[in-house]
Amino acid sequence: MDPVLTSHVREPRGATLDAYVGRGGYEGLRKALGLAPAQVIDMVKASGLRGRGGAGFPTGMKWQFVPKDSPRPKYLCCNADESEPGTFKDHVLMERNPHLLFEGCLIGCYAIGAKVAYIYIRGEFSHVQRVLEAEIEAARAKGYLGKNIFGSGFDCEIYAHRGAGAYEAGEESALLESLEGKRAQPRLRPPFPAVVGLYGCPTAINNVETLCNVPLILTNGPEWFASLGPEKNGGPKLYCISGHVEKPGVYETSMHVTIRELIDKYGGGIRGGRTLKAVIPGGSSTPVILPDQIDAQASFDGLVKAGSMLGSAAIIVMDDTTCMVWLAENLMHFYRHESCGKCTPCREGTDWLLKILRRIERGEGTMRDIDLLADVASNIGGKTLCPFGDAAVAPVLSTIQHFRAEYEAHVREGRCTCPADWRAM
Amino acid sequence: MSFHPEMRYESGMHVSQRELRPDGEPFAFTPANRDRLEQIATHYPAEHRRSAVIPALYIVQEQQGYVSAPAIRHVAEVIGCTPAEVDDVVTYYAMFFRQPVGKYVVQVCRTLSCALRGAERVTAEISKTLGISVGETDPTGTFTLMEMECLGACDRAPVVMVNNEHWHECQAPEDAGRLLESLKASGEAALTGCHLEVERD
Ligand SMILES: Cc1cc2nc3c(=O)[nH]c(=O)nc-3n(C[C@H](O)[C@H](O)[C@H](O)COP(=O)(O)O)c2cc1C
Ligand code: SF4
Ligand code: FES
Repeated sequence: MDPVLTSHVREPRGATLDAYVGRGGYEGLRKALGLAPAQVIDMVKASGLRGRGGAGFPTGMKWQFVPKDSPRPKYLCCNADESEPGTFKDHVLMERNPHLLFEGCLIGCYAIGAKVAYIYIRGEFSHVQRVLEAEIEAARAKGYLGKNIFGSGFDCEIYAHRGAGAYEAGEESALLESLEGKRAQPRLRPPFPAVVGLYGCPTAINNVETLCNVPLILTNGPEWFASLGPEKNGGPKLYCISGHVEKPGVYETSMHVTIRELIDKYGGGIRGGRTLKAVIPGGSSTPVILPDQIDAQASFDGLVKAGSMLGSAAIIVMDDTTCMVWLAENLMHFYRHESCGKCTPCREGTDWLLKILRRIERGEGTMRDIDLLADVASNIGGKTLCPFGDAAVAPVLSTIQHFRAEYEAHVREGRCTCPADWRAM
Repeated sequence: MSFHPEMRYESGMHVSQRELRPDGEPFAFTPANRDRLEQIATHYPAEHRRSAVIPALYIVQEQQGYVSAPAIRHVAEVIGCTPAEVDDVVTYYAMFFRQPVGKYVVQVCRTLSCALRGAERVTAEISKTLGISVGETDPTGTFTLMEMECLGACDRAPVVMVNNEHWHECQAPEDAGRLLESLKASGEAALTGCHLEVERD
C-alpha cells in the first residue's frame, strides 16, 4: 500500500499551509461543511474507522454518543500524549503534516457540534507545540479556522495544550483532568466523557492518527477507506518499530501486513543477523508474542487472535540476547514510576512487583517469589480504576507464562542467566 | 510506613518527619511573562483559568530555573486558586523541578527500547565522567543527571533529553562523555535533535 498519511513527510517545508493546500488539503472540510453533521458521522461510521490510540473503538460511534441536544458547549480533545513505551508515530504526523490533524479536528468538531478543539501534547514535545502554534496562526490568518469558516457559519478554534510529563495523562479521563489544570488522575465512569467531559461538558476524545484519517474518509469516501485493509480493520496504519532491528522507524501500510513482514521487510530484520526471541506487538502494555506467532496479522483482530493486542502499534523487537526477567523489571520500573496513585492495588502493587522482580533478576529471589509475582499481579489486573492496572501486569504475566524456565534459572543459579555481556552488545 | 513486619517502604520516613523545603527568593512574573500567561489564559473559558496552571509553571521554570514555594503562591494568586492546588500539580508532573538544578539537566531515557540499545551504559558513562549519581548536580552546577521514562522517540534509541526540550538521539554509549564536553563548549547546538532533520536540508 502506498502511504497516504505520511506520503509527504520527507518533503522540505511539507508541513506548511501552502504545501498542504497545494496537495488538496482542506477539501475534506469543505465537503463536510456541505453536509449535515449527522451525515458526516454516518460517513465515518461507514468507513469502519477504529481509534488508533489503543482500544480500537469505532470513531463514528464515539461521536454519536455526544448528546446533540445538550445546552452546554461541547469539546473535542485530541489525545497527543503519545506516552506508551515504543510509540512514536503521532509526533511525526504533527511535525510533518499538522494541517491534516487540524482538518480532522475541524471535521470532528463540526460533526459533534463543538466550537473548540484542544490538542493535548505530552510535555516532552515542546518542538511539536512550536510547529502546531505557528501553523494554527497560519490557518487562522487564511480563514481555515476561526469565525465563519468557508462562509458556512461554522466557527471553530484549535489550541495546543502541553502537559508536563505523565504517562497517565494519556488515559482519556485523566487527560481531561490534566487539561483542567489538575493531576492527571482518571475519573470514575460512568458518566462517560461523551456526556460529562471537559469542564463537565460533552466531549469527544480521539487520538492524533485517528483524527488524521478523517479528512481522507471525507475526500476519498468510506468505501475506499474500508477497502485498504482487512474487514473491520480498514484504512492506513502507522507502525512504530523499535528495539533489536536494523532499521527502527515509523512505517505506514495496511493492516493486511503481518508482524513477520514488519520486522523483516520494514524493520530490516533482526540486527546483526541474530535470531528473534520475542516481540511486544502493541506497546509495553500488551502481552509478548513468540517467534512462532509472528505470522499473525498486525491488525486489531489479528493480534487478539494471537493472544495479544494491536494497542498503539508499537512493535518492540527482542533478539536472543535479551533477558526476559530484566525486561519485566524494566517495564515494571516504568509502571511504578507512572502509576497515578489514585487506587491502591496499582499504586502499591507495582511497587511490590518491582521489588520482587529486582531480587529475582539480581539472583536473590526464591521459587516462591515467582508465584508471588503472579499472585500480586492477579490482585491488580481487573481490580483498578483504569486500564493501567491491567497494562502494568501484562508484561509480568506474559513473561512468566512463556519464559518461566528463565525465571527459575535465575533463582536456581543465583544470577542473571543471560550472556554476561549481553547489555554491551 | 507499612505495618507488615517484612515490608518496609524504601524511604523509611513518615510524612510527619519530612523536612519542609526552604522557601527561596520572593517570586513574581516579569511583566512580559505575565502578559504571555494572560494570552495563554484566553484559550480557556474565563471560569476555568485553572487550565493555565501548567503553562504558568513552565513560565516560572523558564524565569527562575525551578519552581519554588513563593512561585507556587504567586501562581495561585495570578490564576485564582489555592497554593495547595498548584503544589498538587507541581508534585505530580515529572517535568517540574522542585529544587535548583544545573545549567544543563541531562535526562537519559531508561525505558525498554532505549535500554535494549544501551541506555544503561549511557547513564553509567555520564555518571562516571561527572562523578555524580543519578539525581545529583555536579559541584560546578553545570550538569544535573537524571533518568526519565520513554519520551516517544524510541526509533532513535538511546535518547537523551536536555533541559526538558532538546533531544540528542542515537547516543552511542561510548560517546556520552564527549557529549558533555560539546554541551559545555557549544551549548544546545551540540545536540542532534534530528526530529527536525527534514526541515534542515
Ligand atoms: C494508561 C493509558 C494510557 C494511554 N495513553 C494514550 C496515549 O498516550 N495516546 C493515546 O492516543 N491514547 C492513549 N490511551 C487511550 C485513551 O484512553 C483513549 O482510548 C484514546 O485516546 C481514544 O482515542 P481513539 O478512540 O482515537 O483511539 C491510553 C489509555 C490508558 C488506559
Ligand atoms: S490503575 Fe493506576 S494509573 Fe489507573 S487510576 Fe489506579 S492508580 Fe491510577
Ligand atoms: S524507550 Fe526511550 S524513547 Fe521510548
